[in-house]
Amino acid sequence: MKLAQIRIMLDAEVLCGIEWLDREIKGACGADLMSDVLAYTKEHGLLLTGLTNIQVIRTAEMSDLVAILFVRGKRPGPEVVAMAETMEIPLLSTKKQMYEACGLLYQDGLAGCTLKEEPFCCRNKE
Amino acid sequence: MPEQGIELEFVLEAADFDSAGEASSKIKRTLQQLGVRPDVIRRIAISAYEAEMNVIIHACRGVIRAEIYSDRTELVVDDEGPGISDVKLAMQAGYSTAPDHIREMGFGAGMGLPNMVRCTDKFDIKSEKNVGTKLSMIIYH
Repeated sequence: MKLAQIRIMLDAEVLCGIEWLDREIKGACGADLMSDVLAYTKEHGLLLTGLTNIQVIRTAEMSDLVAILFVRGKRPGPEVVAMAETMEIPLLSTKKQMYEACGLLYQDGLAGCTLKEEPFCCRNKE
Repeated sequence: MPEQGIELEFVLEAADFDSAGEASSKIKRTLQQLGVRPDVIRRIAISAYEAEMNVIIHACRGVIRAEIYSDRTELVVDDEGPGISDVKLAMQAGYSTAPDHIREMGFGAGMGLPNMVRCTDKFDIKSEKNVGTKLSMIIYH
């Protein structure tokens, strides 16, 4: 699914990277915990989040994510947008809640981008 | 790539959240310029970033050093700080001592150390209470 389709589906505003909307999104994850994004996602995915700090951009950079979509109408500050721009990570913002935004994308065929292996947090539990 | 390797070193300061990730970002870019495989770079970058965040969250100051050879990258993260009183417990996924303001930033979920173990080929941790913690990691290219 192209990022441009996601933008239309979620009625999202493009905060930066309008020139990169033709990027193909292979999967997505919704998380406010960057630790979980770093631990559980595959590369080339879209991140839906309600967090707007610089660590979100850093996490996307380290995890090779394709784009970030802020939910609940959240918008990061200008320094965060500027950093995303230099890293060529498009930023979008939708007024929809996390659950609804994820649900709409999933319903339209966009799969999750979690790692296939068993989450290691479960392995340590009895 | 030179046989003796390329060495990158960065100083990390406690609570410097605006700069958090800069060292890992520079390490990542260097690896990209050297033509290391993207999936390998991703594992190195994630390990470096998790370690960098740990120093900034928990320690007083620290140093992150990357030595890049043709067949491997070695990461050493050495900090001065409170140390870890129970390393075995800290290695368990989900265990964290991070305060609420760190969790609000999206970190401190207790996934950092287990994630580093998973992303690296060799992982060693040495910690002394009230002195500091040293992580040594190797990722083969």
